[in-house]
Amino acid sequence: MSGIAAIIKKGIIFTIVSFAAVSFTGRAEAFTNQVIQRGASGDDVIELQARLQNIGYYKGKIDGVFGWSTYWALRNFQKSFGLPIDGLAGGSTKNKLVKSSNFNRAFVHEQIRKGNNFTYYGGVPLNQQVKPGGKGKQAARGNGAKKSTTTAVNTPNGFSQNDIQLLANAVYGEARGEPYVGQVAVAAVILNRLESPVFPHSISGVIFEPGAFTAVSDGQIWLTPNQTSKKAVLDAINGWDPTGNALYYFNPETATSRWIWSRPQIKQIGKHIFCK
Amino acid sequence: MIKNIVIAVLAVVVAATGYWGYQQRQAKNSVQIHAENNYQQAFHDLTYQVDLLHDKIGTSLAMNSKKSLSPALADVWRISSQANMDIGHLPLSVLPFNKTEEFLSNVGNFSYKASVRDLEKEPLNGKEYKTLQSLYQQANTIQNELRKVQYQVLKKNLRWIDAEKAMASREEKSDNTIVDGFRAVEEKSVGYSEKSDFDAAYTTMNKKDQNFNHLKGREITKKEAAAIAKKYSGVNKAKSRVTSNKKGSDFEFYSVNLDLPGTKGEVNMDITKKGGYPIWLINTRKIKGSKISLNQAANSAAQFLKSNKFSSLDLYESAQYDNIGIFNFVTNDKGVRIYPDSIRVKVALDNGRIVGFSADDYLQGNKNRKLEKPVVSAQEARKKVNPKLQVMEQRLAYITGNEGSEVLCHEFLGTIGEDTYRIFINAKTGDEEKVEKLQNAEPIYDQMV
Repeated sequence: MSGIAAIIKKGIIFTIVSFAAVSFTGRAEAFTNQVIQRGASGDDVIELQARLQNIGYYKGKIDGVFGWSTYWALRNFQKSFGLPIDGLAGGSTKNKLVKSSNFNRAFVHEQIRKGNNFTYYGGVPLNQQVKPGGKGKQAARGNGAKKSTTTAVNTPNGFSQNDIQLLANAVYGEARGEPYVGQVAVAAVILNRLESPVFPHSISGVIFEPGAFTAVSDGQIWLTPNQTSKKAVLDAINGWDPTGNALYYFNPETATSRWIWSRPQIKQIGKHIFCK
Repeated sequence: MIKNIVIAVLAVVVAATGYWGYQQRQAKNSVQIHAENNYQQAFHDLTYQVDLLHDKIGTSLAMNSKKSLSPALADVWRISSQANMDIGHLPLSVLPFNKTEEFLSNVGNFSYKASVRDLEKEPLNGKEYKTLQSLYQQANTIQNELRKVQYQVLKKNLRWIDAEKAMASREEKSDNTIVDGFRAVEEKSVGYSEKSDFDAAYTTMNKKDQNFNHLKGREITKKEAAAIAKKYSGVNKAKSRVTSNKKGSDFEFYSVNLDLPGTKGEVNMDITKKGGYPIWLINTRKIKGSKISLNQAANSAAQFLKSNKFSSLDLYESAQYDNIGIFNFVTNDKGVRIYPDSIRVKVALDNGRIVGFSADDYLQGNKNRKLEKPVVSAQEARKKVNPKLQVMEQRLAYITGNEGSEVLCHEFLGTIGEDTYRIFINAKTGDEEKVEKLQNAEPIYDQMV
């Protein structure tokens, strides 16, 4: 039984390989023309990682994000092939790489689409390099909104995607009616509090501190945030602080606390006054 | 007559009861929101602490000297106890959660014992190093499982109060993600600086208080401020609004707002009054798709800085987020990197134009420095680095040290296993000044759960 299955599997893989070979021989170069650098993501990075893994330089996950492990793998490749060691995948590096490695686009992208755990080392039969991952829901998901096939994303140092989501919830609940800069400003205040000795030292601690934010007290924080508030949060984390280092803000029309008026005011953005 | 009175009285009673009921309902709602917020705080704090724990253990693996290892392990101990406390606040009474708690107390025990011991006389032995490595692995597993639960909680707006009710009544609800998720965390926990450290370019709040006093130049007018904003944003015709800062600010600045004609976008920019230096800029125009590569965008960012007289800068971080590229530049003074002088530039990947930059840290940090000569040579410094680190790059660099002032260091960039570290050895004293574990890309949970 298993013998037959193996033969069938081999047959299928052979068909895929030959199909891939036929359909891609037309192209002199599989990569697009871009110079790929650290921090990039997308199909070119998937190909770069797969090719580097194929010849044994890259041992990490083929996830489509050009991170540190990909960077070192690329530099080691450049070193042993006598190329300038700059960690950039430019014209000559890509040519060398295409010549010295294989890339089965159909196989790699199929594994990514299915959410499988897989590797792409040369000299090992492909069917031994795949472990089904997830719960098999991936194929059915058919997420039309996202074109990218990467399975990972860049996140700023020290923050996870969930941290960003939680911050976006707070920003949306507090400032969804404000101009974009006003939303970045609210996110920046939360981050400034994280650095201040008189506030809690975690994102969750700052946001849920009793009485600190009205959106938390009245439950508006659980509205689903939009992309704008998420972008605003990313800007704030990446170093934009429109508030001039503010720790507080209030809406002068609705503020009930007299104390807040005693804080030194830095500037007004939209409806909010930001203070120290 | 009596009938009417009775009706009137009853009507008043009904209205009063209704009002009382409404009040009760409001009170109950606000108590529930409050309870829910407490649970949410504890839960999100737990995932955050486990993130930190994983990071801190990872960083301590690359440390080599007692001076940095002892405090790092003390931190690990503190974080593990904080995480344990967070679990205590969660309504998990019905759910067995002892393995995760056991893992946390193992981490606590190990790190406490190691941190109070004199590591100079009795450094970590091979077995202990292995323990630390395995704790690192386990922290990673738990972190991943917790992040998956957190992803679901945020995505579906799950409430802990509902989970608590479900657990209490042992009813199988259709979506019991929280309970299932925590069972998964529990299954995977087998066997056994505050805020994960910012990157080297990070300037502390204390430093920020120094402000822009050293900037030179005369005071500019509102008109000039508008012209500067137009120049930096590359917008010729736009309605501009310029406002001055309020009295409580530590320094004087103008906020300029430009309305981009024909779009809903706008440009906002803050400029110092003295000298007219740009502090930050954000352009909110819509970005349509990404057509250029991150590399082209980086060149465009470098070109922008050059044409605006920000000279001798090194690009040291770049990352793509959807349709934008974010680039972090630092000063390079005769081959020495000055990390506190950092400028961030945001480039739209549809046409390669600049849509934001932040020179806050640069303006505060940049001054004419007298570069010091290293007392400790590069070779000597190399010996102070953890021998397990495979060094890939090294250079001289200034960073903001533990005491808040700038220190000259030998920087080593290298790898241990799959992780990349940046290690700074003080060039005067040879101390391990700072060890950073650099962030890897994070998996997209939508494709995992």
